[in-house]
Amino acid sequence: MSTTAVKGKKKTGSNGSSFDNLEIFLLHLPTTIWYLIFCYAPMFGVVIAFKNYKVKPGKSFLYSLFVNSKWSGFKNFEVLFKSSYFSDMLRNTLVYNFIFIVLGVVIPVTLAILINNMWSQKLAKVCQTMMFLPHFLSWVVISYFVYAFLATDAGLVNRVLLALGLRETKNMWYTDVGFWTWFLVFLNVWKGMGYNMVVYLSSISGIDQEMYEAALIDGATKWQQTKYITLPTLRPIISIMFIMAVGSIFRSDFGLFYQATRNAGGLVEITQTFDVYIYKALLERPNINMSSATSLLQSVCGCITIIIANIVVKKIDPNAGLF
Amino acid sequence: MSTVNANKKKMKAPIEGLKKFNSVKPTTNVFISALFIALALLCFMPALLVLIVSFSSEASVLQKGYSYVPSGWSVASYVYLLRQWRYIGGAFLNSILVTVIGTSIGLVMCSTMGYALSRPNYRLRGFFSIFILIPMLFSGGLVASYMINTNILGLKNSFWALILPICCSSFYIVIMRTFFQTTVPEAIIESAKIDGARQIRIFLQIVLPISLPSIATIGLFFTFAYWNDWMMAKYYLNSNAQNLYPLQYVLISLESNIDFLSRNAQFMTPGEAQNVPSETVRMAMVMISVIPIACSYPFFQKYFIGGLTIGAVKG
Repeated sequence: MSTTAVKGKKKTGSNGSSFDNLEIFLLHLPTTIWYLIFCYAPMFGVVIAFKNYKVKPGKSFLYSLFVNSKWSGFKNFEVLFKSSYFSDMLRNTLVYNFIFIVLGVVIPVTLAILINNMWSQKLAKVCQTMMFLPHFLSWVVISYFVYAFLATDAGLVNRVLLALGLRETKNMWYTDVGFWTWFLVFLNVWKGMGYNMVVYLSSISGIDQEMYEAALIDGATKWQQTKYITLPTLRPIISIMFIMAVGSIFRSDFGLFYQATRNAGGLVEITQTFDVYIYKALLERPNINMSSATSLLQSVCGCITIIIANIVVKKIDPNAGLF
Repeated sequence: MSTVNANKKKMKAPIEGLKKFNSVKPTTNVFISALFIALALLCFMPALLVLIVSFSSEASVLQKGYSYVPSGWSVASYVYLLRQWRYIGGAFLNSILVTVIGTSIGLVMCSTMGYALSRPNYRLRGFFSIFILIPMLFSGGLVASYMINTNILGLKNSFWALILPICCSSFYIVIMRTFFQTTVPEAIIESAKIDGARQIRIFLQIVLPISLPSIATIGLFFTFAYWNDWMMAKYYLNSNAQNLYPLQYVLISLESNIDFLSRNAQFMTPGEAQNVPSETVRMAMVMISVIPIACSYPFFQKYFIGGLTIGAVKG
């Protein structure tokens, strides 16, 4: 950083145009304003979490927040930690994210290596394109796909199970916690599989073919080539994907947990994650104090984890890392 | 771009022979091929089921449920949607407007900032690099953003609520910056400067045309993100702003009220309301929002892949 700054100063000095800096600044002024309004202002908005927020009708939001609402210190957090749903929320968010991170690396890397070894590149291309489809669909659309299979009455799964005589009665899938516990994992893998595979595949196809050639001449088997050439080459991209995933371990996919499950009441014990709770406490059953406390807790924990993850990855591989 | 690819192909050609020796065994190949055909079907078949249901007759759905082989075919659901065009068409138009305006604003936002951060002799470069990095690490969270957007900016039930909160992203800016750093030669900019061009002109007339492929990539990211977005509508719109609903949010409303369309009875004659093929209409609505994507993404996927690889390169 410091060397470029010195170099930069020299260039402005010799090259004249002192307007350059001002012009570039004006060019990105709208973006700067956007950041101030939509990213930095909410950072100060976190004071809501330390207030007992009360709206004074007819007065502005700022008046309500700073004059009408009393400071409550960490009381909101105390109530949150003592509440019955907090442990569920924490468990769901962390455990699911842990599973998603592990599978989100293992499955796509394996698939990328396999598809790279397919004989027919044309077939590989077609399969890859079809597997890319779920990535482009929103969770709203996917919730309908799931519904077509799992609907109690008209759903394909129940109809097939009945027709084959595997079940006597129709199963109410949207209240079946045991099923959804694993189906959530399946949905997450299903949606991200094609996209993540392509990420790794594009790195694999960048590997110099001569390395494999040399390895072959030295008598390396396919497995040895994968282990000693392909995987080490993938290490930087795997680390980047890994820190990005770990950094957001306190975030959950709202679409997956809320929309794909159709917000089914019976599934709450496994679908209530931080994001789902924040949404519900903000808009469905308003409890601004709890919602803002959860929201701040999530941001702070997320910030800490992403910094730690970045340090760890940089220790392993100095060139990787997000910043 | 194409010449580079051609060169690559030429260079690879002599290795092809060796590659033959180095490929997997036939049985392994059969196994891998079968696995991938199965996975591809797994990703594709659900979409096909919904497509078939949308073309099934209502009687078939009532009798056989959602099935790959319906007992009768019908386009009644699409006819119905066409007749409801004042409502559906409005939602379709909202989605298109949000996508077009959002993508345009997003591109301007990200490319200008990306360009500024790619200039090595920009004095505030270091400062603004950190300025866009901080929001990647820490955010005020949903509640604080929601409070500010609704109470101070007045975005509740506003068209702009669907666009502004998500029209810029530090991640895209970093991708743009890397694009500009790698694809625009410094010498071109220097020579333009010597010829007396101002920064704004350099940016508009030199940098942007050269980096058109990268602009297209980020544009596609934005396009798909806006077309698929339903969260902004869920946060910021309520039933007082039904005329602003984008397609995705109409789908959500259909889910919670099966008879959502029948409730919009002002467009219907009384007898019509009872004959709504509601089961298939919902799936037809899903198809309307999916088809533009399903038809276009195979052609655009190479841009996505290109964007991914460059995004992964740390600047």
